[in-house]
Amino acid sequence: MTQSVEDSVPAPVKVPVALTINGKPTQLTVAPWTTLLDALRDHLDLTGTKKGCDHGQCGACTVLVNGRRIVSCLTFAVMKDGAEITTVEGLAANGSLHPVQQAFIDHDAFQCGYCTSGQICSAVGMISEGHAKTAEEIRELMSGNICRCGAYSNIVTAIQQAMGKP
Amino acid sequence: MIGFEYMRATDIADAVQKIAGPGAKFIAGGTNLIDLMKENVEKPNRLIDISRLPLNKVEETKNGVKIGALVPNSDLAYHPLIEQRYPVLASAILAGASAQLRNMASTGGNLMQRTRCAYFYDIATPCNKREPGSGCSAIDGLNRMHAILGTSEHCIATHPSDMCVALAMLEARVHVAGQAGERVIPFAEFHRLPGTSPQTDTNLAPHEIIAAVEIPAQGFAKNYTYLKIRDRLSYAFALVSVAVGLEMEGDTMKEARFALGGVAHKPWRDRAAEDALRGKPANTESFKRAADIILKEARGFSHNAFKIDLARRAFVRALTQAARGTPQIQSIKKVR
Repeated sequence: MTQSVEDSVPAPVKVPVALTINGKPTQLTVAPWTTLLDALRDHLDLTGTKKGCDHGQCGACTVLVNGRRIVSCLTFAVMKDGAEITTVEGLAANGSLHPVQQAFIDHDAFQCGYCTSGQICSAVGMISEGHAKTAEEIRELMSGNICRCGAYSNIVTAIQQAMGKP
Repeated sequence: MIGFEYMRATDIADAVQKIAGPGAKFIAGGTNLIDLMKENVEKPNRLIDISRLPLNKVEETKNGVKIGALVPNSDLAYHPLIEQRYPVLASAILAGASAQLRNMASTGGNLMQRTRCAYFYDIATPCNKREPGSGCSAIDGLNRMHAILGTSEHCIATHPSDMCVALAMLEARVHVAGQAGERVIPFAEFHRLPGTSPQTDTNLAPHEIIAAVEIPAQGFAKNYTYLKIRDRLSYAFALVSVAVGLEMEGDTMKEARFALGGVAHKPWRDRAAEDALRGKPANTESFKRAADIILKEARGFSHNAFKIDLARRAFVRALTQAARGTPQIQSIKKVR
């Protein structure tokens, strides 16, 4: 069965995609199998968003699409045509860090930093979802972001600061 | 990943028309399909993007609540109708995946997701589900996560969903559409056991599309639980999970319904065990007797025989939680 399917694979046809990225309207032309993550990093040089596992398991590639946090490795850029994308590069405003970014610095919420942009975007998404109140809930709702260095306790504290909790 | 042609469906009729022909697949959330495409397990030559179809409403019907096939898992879990009337469904959804994936994954896609059996994912190994007739690597391989009920000599994979375990217990109905028109599939008949054709996960006909999932009025909002036992406390597939709904009359179980996850190729129900619970006092003795019925035919393999005892204990614990009205809370990990 797979043989006939492979034989009928069409030649690559690139598709136009319009995205608003960090407030800036952006046009690009990509193969339909280009993930949003690869479009950001390889086509737009927005390398703040990290590729960790590339299988939706680590959360390093978390971005906000129309305000919702998703993993950008498991969606095709063409599927997000017309969407507003916010990456870690777009969080700071008017020369000031986003409160979550500032809190990560204040609480030393990272070691190597590879997961950090995903952690920060995920935390921003989680705070706007509004379902996390306690430390336990923060831990549960941030479980899609793996930190290999194990900075979890400081990440939770940083998020609590950004949420305005002591 | 191999190349494919991408197109968008404008409505259900258009989607059904575009899916005709070999090698085409629907894509909605993409969380499982794209992962499988990256592993060359799924190799569609055409993707029909259905994510923009207007199937994203949760609405009350005469008989219950109808959930559009494109409602994201997170929207469903936090929807007031679901939180208040079907908390077991909300709880099961929140026990699965991560917040990001739940924001992406659709209701219909959750039903259509494929097993996470490592051999199914590894195209270098035989797998009857991926390549019919090639053999099952799990039966004599690493099978700690695999099924103990309803297995066949061809496949011992499990269905990975949490949401579907709750939907099975709630006796949901799946509304599907195809070129021959619309039909409704009872949830118990939606997923299949592997038998001699493990490559077929569901009874959805080729080229049919899921339009909605409807849940009947009885939501068991008072006495329910979704208990999920796994290797780590969050973001892991179930070793064993149990969705329970009880209707209590004093200490007696007037109605009792359950489904098990992580133990079979589909959410596992057992009518005989439910019959054995109905009308009985809600105590450990009744629960253990029902567990014996469920696990009578259970068969363990080299690494998963522990699941038989784990399922028994999880079942008794879940029934205890439901009867007491102290459901498992997914953010507080202590099992009570």
